[in-house]
Amino acid sequence: MPVSDFQPVIGLEVHAQLLTQSKIFCGCSTAFGAEPNRNTCPVCLGMPGVLPVLNQRVVEFAVRTGLALECTVKKTSVWSRKNYFYPDLPKGYQITQYDLPICEYGRLVIDTPQGEKVIRVRRIHMEEDAGKNVHDAGGGQSLVDLNRAGVPLLEIVSEPDLRDADEAVEYLKTLRDVLMYLGVNDGNLEEGSFRCDANVSVMPKGSSTYGQRCELKNLNSFRFLKQAVEYEISRQVDVIESGGKVSQETRLWDVNKGVTRSMRSKEEAHDYRYFPEPDLPPLHVSDEAIDAAAKALPELPRAKLTRFMSQYGLPAYDARILTAERPLADFFEACAAHYADGKKLSNWFLGELMRLLKEEGTPLSALAFTPAQLAELLGAVDKGTVSSNAGKDVLGEMFRTGKAPSDIIAEKGLAQVSDTGAIEAVVDDILAKNAGEVEKYRAGKKQVFGFFVGQVMKAMKGKGNPALVNDLLKKKLGD
Amino acid sequence: MQLTDLTMLELAAKLAERAVSSEEATRACLERIRQVDSKVRAFLRVDEEGALAAARASDARRKAGSPASALDGVPLGLKDIFLTEGVETTAGSRILEGFVPPYDATVVRLLKDAGLPLVGKLNMDEFAMGSSNESSAYFPSHNPWDLARTPGGSSGGSAAAVAAREVFGALGTDTGGSIRQPAAFTNTVGLKPTYGRVSRYGVIAYASSLDQPGPMARTVADTAALLQLIARHDPQDSTSAAVETPDYQADLEAGVRGLKLGVPREYFIEGIDPEVEASIRETLREYERLGATLVDVSLPHTKYALATYYLLASSEASSNLARYDGIRYGQRAKDARGLKELYALTRERGFGPEVKRRIMLGTYALSAGYYDAYYLRAQKVRTLIREDFTKAFQQVDAVLSPTSPVPAFKLGEKVDDPLSMYLMDVFTLPCNLAGLPGLAVPCGFTKAGLPVGLQILGRPFDEARLLRIARAFEREHDFFRRPAPL
Ligand SMILES: [Zn+2]
Repeated sequence: MPVSDFQPVIGLEVHAQLLTQSKIFCGCSTAFGAEPNRNTCPVCLGMPGVLPVLNQRVVEFAVRTGLALECTVKKTSVWSRKNYFYPDLPKGYQITQYDLPICEYGRLVIDTPQGEKVIRVRRIHMEEDAGKNVHDAGGGQSLVDLNRAGVPLLEIVSEPDLRDADEAVEYLKTLRDVLMYLGVNDGNLEEGSFRCDANVSVMPKGSSTYGQRCELKNLNSFRFLKQAVEYEISRQVDVIESGGKVSQETRLWDVNKGVTRSMRSKEEAHDYRYFPEPDLPPLHVSDEAIDAAAKALPELPRAKLTRFMSQYGLPAYDARILTAERPLADFFEACAAHYADGKKLSNWFLGELMRLLKEEGTPLSALAFTPAQLAELLGAVDKGTVSSNAGKDVLGEMFRTGKAPSDIIAEKGLAQVSDTGAIEAVVDDILAKNAGEVEKYRAGKKQVFGFFVGQVMKAMKGKGNPALVNDLLKKKLGD
Repeated sequence: MQLTDLTMLELAAKLAERAVSSEEATRACLERIRQVDSKVRAFLRVDEEGALAAARASDARRKAGSPASALDGVPLGLKDIFLTEGVETTAGSRILEGFVPPYDATVVRLLKDAGLPLVGKLNMDEFAMGSSNESSAYFPSHNPWDLARTPGGSSGGSAAAVAAREVFGALGTDTGGSIRQPAAFTNTVGLKPTYGRVSRYGVIAYASSLDQPGPMARTVADTAALLQLIARHDPQDSTSAAVETPDYQADLEAGVRGLKLGVPREYFIEGIDPEVEASIRETLREYERLGATLVDVSLPHTKYALATYYLLASSEASSNLARYDGIRYGQRAKDARGLKELYALTRERGFGPEVKRRIMLGTYALSAGYYDAYYLRAQKVRTLIREDFTKAFQQVDAVLSPTSPVPAFKLGEKVDDPLSMYLMDVFTLPCNLAGLPGLAVPCGFTKAGLPVGLQILGRPFDEARLLRIARAFEREHDFFRRPAPL
């Protein structure tokens, strides 16, 4: 059977570091990039005698995420210990949630070429991150950095509802957008604050029995996720086609070779000896807390996109770009409050503003000008006070200096001349100086018109209102 | 009479009158340790410098008329399971040899804040796993009442030091009887508070759902005074109870008239030493004479307590002791090649046989395929044991029983027979499984002169009543005045 006769089945497990100030069970900072082992204390170092105290912000973030993903938030959930030995795991166990997680049975809607598709979310639970082993420390030594140990994580597990690599990527992107909208995660795959493992299996098309699945690890970009899943699907099909059986195992994506390779088989899998964490009582979340979180839930990307299309009269393409990240969407809305034409505003956003942001590497939060100032500039362009081209220069100057558009226009003399009398004088002068060309024009050589426009604009240093210049020239030339 | 023969409260009174200084009291303890500890071997470590500095600071406060607490200046000993900043803490294990904690346990900080000089760290069974102090990686402690015998365990060093009058009181921990059994073996008072009454933060964990620190002293009133200092809600311990601390001295002398005291038939079993049984029976009759009513009660699941305890405690221990891996602190097998060998050799050399036995038992009980049959079932039985007590306490105010089925046994006698050693805890374990407070108070001596202790179990957070019941008996006898024949 060719690959096309097989149906891939994919589920994703996402680990998202939560944007809390402090760790999940102690007061240490979660800041990234500190000197090794600087953000540690006896608790996150796993010293004898220490006990965990739950950071309530972590629960808030978990509830918020659960509600955004339409999960059931459990009023009682239980902490468990996952036992294994590794130098980056100071206590010899990870505090996590096992059989009674905080959220269950949610959903996330993604876009596919066939339209919207609902991907079910199996569960969300909270846990602590491990530290990092550093193996190239020199002298044949390995070192351990425990700054990351105890940073709070949410693990979000999907049902195996994804059917190809593109859907997997779309799910991951959509989920990332949601988490960033919620302000619970920074969505950084490269730094590992947003991580993903994929469970992949294949079955003959039409079958309802899933094949044996493999877990793929080390997928730290959208591209790697797509490549690894595609590779794994064809690998599993090859195994079956050649009469073999896919065996359940954990496989690592090898970035350089572009293949997945076996990391450990089912037989080598750890027995984590989960049991309820005796140092933490069961976690209770009150109805009031759930209600409060629901009320405080921000508008999510999909809802915002739909609203942008209807409220601002935007095409889906524009709305998608504008709502991809919450700060950009918020800034757009702030500008739209001062400026009525949504599509025109969107054109400036998608064109000049995005270009400037990208070129200058400025974050939106550090923007020098205000929404009202941008609206003022667009108004000036509409009124013809400044040409659309000069307007771009004004925006560039606003971007760099934060000066008001009117000041920039005045300082740089960019104001467009729309005074009919002034333009008429220049037109008369140019026509008088170029009598020969006028003759040619009148004889039918209409191409010369462009020459007159150029001469007038040149004489006016580009500030003549192009529409008025055109009108007056045509009138004088007797058209 | 020597200074060290005073009770804590007697000493506190003299300190308050400034008849004695804390430095004098502390030096008296240090001198007593020099005299007798080569025989008793209660101390793993004496912190002479730290204790004397604390004593002098206390004297300055007393002089200024601003003592930090009622016990300001009273020297105390600590089981080596409590983390003490800057003072080596080993839990009686090789694997923590040389470990100097960077922080104080909450109870240690409370004692320091209350002005008590901490004289040193007391011997214990390794990681509190044992009933005789013989699993200490360093040496066994000896019972001051008969040096050939054990002072009990795991807080044996604490009990021995208090009984030998090397310190005025001590802190121990009790996971399955580790405060009460040594107290009963040494003619001292030991209280295991309600689970959650005293903070476990900074106390080296053996079995987290059972461990509880508590006071050990010569008298009931001293025990109450010490409990008063450490019974606090601690935000650093999520299992610590946010319950008001009552005044434990307030009703101490109120007697037992009108109280209903339960006598569980399951605690008077075959195999109990006849002299111990006779002593306990006599004590019960005395309570009747003092005006209490004895009520026959049943705790039907008692026979499962031992198996339940060893499954749960070992399961938790197998996880709690995983952090001793040689990576960050304590001993490391420096000659190991590779990570797996580092773990294996460090733990092979660092842990003693009893600790290894319990780690293996616990690892097994939590393993895939066995979890339901062992850990989960044990949790269910634990619930039944707790319900036994809930029912009993609907009828009675407290439950009385022997603390240990036998008096102090000879060192070496049971060391090769773990099962008979485990049976030593059969009367003390149910209290931990149910999370209840339990107190051991001296109630007599065998013909050979070995102490016998009565155990009093109560409702959650009913420590004040247990102390009051114990005091009613103590007032009639003053066994605590009798010095150990050292
Ligand atoms: Zn920390």
